[in-house]
Amino acid sequence: MAVRIVAALLSGVLFGAGLALSGMMNPAKVLNFLDLAGTWDPSLALVMGGALAVATPAFALARRARHPLFAMRFELPSPADPDPRLLGGAALFGLGWGLVGICPGPAIALLSSGLPAAFLFFAAMLAGMLLYRPFAPAG
Amino acid sequence: MITAFTPLTALLGGALIGLAAALLLLANGRIAGISGILGAAAWLPDANTGWRLAFIAGIVLGALGITRLLPVSGEVALQASPALLIAGGLLVGFGTRLGNGCTSGHGICGLARGSRRSIIATVVFFAVALLTVFVVRHVVGG
Repeated sequence: MAVRIVAALLSGVLFGAGLALSGMMNPAKVLNFLDLAGTWDPSLALVMGGALAVATPAFALARRARHPLFAMRFELPSPADPDPRLLGGAALFGLGWGLVGICPGPAIALLSSGLPAAFLFFAAMLAGMLLYRPFAPAG
Repeated sequence: MITAFTPLTALLGGALIGLAAALLLLANGRIAGISGILGAAAWLPDANTGWRLAFIAGIVLGALGITRLLPVSGEVALQASPALLIAGGLLVGFGTRLGNGCTSGHGICGLARGSRRSIIATVVFFAVALLTVFVVRHVVGG
């Protein structure tokens, strides 16, 4: 559906613009947020705060709506208990994030910089995602 | 490297990210979780591949637009060695798929909808990242 592709493109543009404007594309800023004992930069907390201030009412609205504008239903994860996959995955992600200061959104946005290091990180991240495939639950 | 605290652009940029998540949810009924969208788009094509690729392309275009308008936003310090970039990338890619989400899916969308799994995942990845930076900067490099 063309309209869903246009909506997704626009959402991506807003997302990328927000990452760049907020400075979250810069791994040094992210690592400094994580460095409480050193050169702490609190900016990331305000990025999260700004994002939650807008996204939280949107999710509340979605709970009341029967369906999204351009789709039959909301595709939301069903409630489940935390499990070892969730905890182990979050821990591995936290380790990689702390080592380099890049999470998946900025990894994509950083491609716009043209820096070879950005492409190397993106390629390794994609490889990590593909390496996970054999461990994915069936179905 | 010291970076300046930038409260205004952080809040505004964060609000744009929240707006992006609101749009994808209310228009298409989807969670703006980057790792899930990218991981699925990089696998076998299906009916959802089109919007996923459009979303990913949009992120690059949006970032490009802002860095052209405000060159200061394009100043990034990416000093990690190639070996560290590869190790970090593999961990981020594998970990976010295993844990079913990253900073956007768990950290923003999950918290915004009050998901218990996402709250726990967010606490875990922030805690491990904080510990990692502490060890790298103050134990190993200190």
